[in-house]
Amino acid sequence: MVDIKNIELDRRGFIGLMAGSAALATMGVTTSAHAKKVETSAKIIILGAGAAGATLSNRLSDRLKGAEITILDGRKEHWYQPGFTLIGSGLKPKNYSISQTTDWLPKDINFIPEYAFEVDPESKSLTTASGKKLPYDYLIVAPGLTLDWGKIEGFDLNMVGKEGIAAIYAGPEHAAKSYKALSKFTETGGQGLFSRPATGMKCAGAPLKYTFLTDDIARTKGTRGNMEFTYAAHSKSLFGVPIVHEKVRMLFEDRDINIVHNHVMKAVDHGKKIVTFSTPEGDVERPYDFTHIIPPQRAPDVIINSPLPWADKWVGQGWVEVDKHSLRHNRYPEVFACGDVAGVPKGKTAASVKWMAPVIVDHLVAQIEGKESTASFNGYTSCPLITEVGRAMLVEFDYNNNLTPSFPGVIAPLEELWTSWLMKKIALKPTYNAMLRGKA
Amino acid sequence: MQELTLGAFIAVFEEMFGAWLWWLMVIMIIVVIAAFFTTMIKYKRTDSKSFFWAKIGAPFGGLAAILFIQAITNSGFSDIGGPLDVIVVALIATGGAIATMILAYLAQARWDWSKGNL
Repeated sequence: MVDIKNIELDRRGFIGLMAGSAALATMGVTTSAHAKKVETSAKIIILGAGAAGATLSNRLSDRLKGAEITILDGRKEHWYQPGFTLIGSGLKPKNYSISQTTDWLPKDINFIPEYAFEVDPESKSLTTASGKKLPYDYLIVAPGLTLDWGKIEGFDLNMVGKEGIAAIYAGPEHAAKSYKALSKFTETGGQGLFSRPATGMKCAGAPLKYTFLTDDIARTKGTRGNMEFTYAAHSKSLFGVPIVHEKVRMLFEDRDINIVHNHVMKAVDHGKKIVTFSTPEGDVERPYDFTHIIPPQRAPDVIINSPLPWADKWVGQGWVEVDKHSLRHNRYPEVFACGDVAGVPKGKTAASVKWMAPVIVDHLVAQIEGKESTASFNGYTSCPLITEVGRAMLVEFDYNNNLTPSFPGVIAPLEELWTSWLMKKIALKPTYNAMLRGKA
Repeated sequence: MQELTLGAFIAVFEEMFGAWLWWLMVIMIIVVIAAFFTTMIKYKRTDSKSFFWAKIGAPFGGLAAILFIQAITNSGFSDIGGPLDVIVVALIATGGAIATMILAYLAQARWDWSKGNL
């Protein structure tokens, strides 16, 4: 019998299925994992059951027979993080991004609802928060990252939604509160101040998106003339990919958004409504009536306190020392890292996970079989960069800052399109969910 | 880029609508299309009179499809930004128009049948 789910179709054949194909393009396109199962008794631990952990658990469960797969995560809720910009701009309710962690995990693996306390790659074991020691043959590190709110002096998450403070990265609840602040600001006007941290961060497009969305909501309300917008970039660039930086610079100019460079937020005084930035010329204070706070980001403590991070790269941020193509640890060959925590130059997005996970699974399964895999992650990252309510640019790129459009000649990568907005609004979440189940 | 697979597309649509609803929709679409062609062939109703209401309804169906997509995506005609958007609008309109035409044709055939005109 023909397995219709595995019929590979010519790309042109899918033009008619634009919405679905475009959605897959947004997150990168991969083959579904259907190969003959490999028998093994290997103990595999996946640390973290977020986008990366859930995807890996499903793919490994599909590929292996007899393996003892254990996944750890203390968080009960799974958050669809690409939805935070939509929640933060009032386009979706907070529940849009919330599901349960267990909704996405295969039934035939062990789920331990605990955080990890310690990872010891020398003894190949992991200790849970309750003190349970778990030996492993293979470990995949995918705990996401830590938002270091404490590094913004004077800031407290309780401020979000009040006094003009937004912080959509903090989660669905805070994204919804952020919209209250945005909504009030776009009625009363004043100084809008946007920025991003200098550390590695997840979805580097989101700070730009939120700036564009605030601008557009003000324009729709007819109040844009009552306000001034400033985007404080952490470096000389607005985006790590030069061609995207140039495009965003032109759009900011078009939207009358001022740009200041080399500004890194270090403190907020919500009483005086002043943000302090560290700059090469010393600290600079800037007033705000509305500001979007994104803190420095780093690996979770359990990783930073282990031997896994790079010693000479991203110092203090703790990203795991892996080969950027195989995602295998450079010193511990039975350890892999996936998602935000991986110490690679690009790839802190769900779209990257979609490409990372099959590579890791291929290498791990090959290792179990005593073979070698040639699968390679090229740094693929993508972002439907929203430029207004109703339009977005589909930006896809790799380690070399090359644009890697999934549909060259069909979807222009740096064009503001309604089609790209449709993808973000309708098709991206189902694609993400299918990825979690290991099917896309 | 790696290959697309039909399985990945089906998985996305299952997630979009829920597996049961998605497959129910697929079955309904197949049944409706089969009914359309069966009716057309059986009663040889391809003359313009038989298609009158179907043709009248088609443009409205096309417009309704566009407005529906715009409504669920907080967008409007002013958001059309490039040639691809025009093509996508045309595809949505075509889909809505064809669906409306088929349903109107079947409804009319059913009406005629109940009146003994078939």
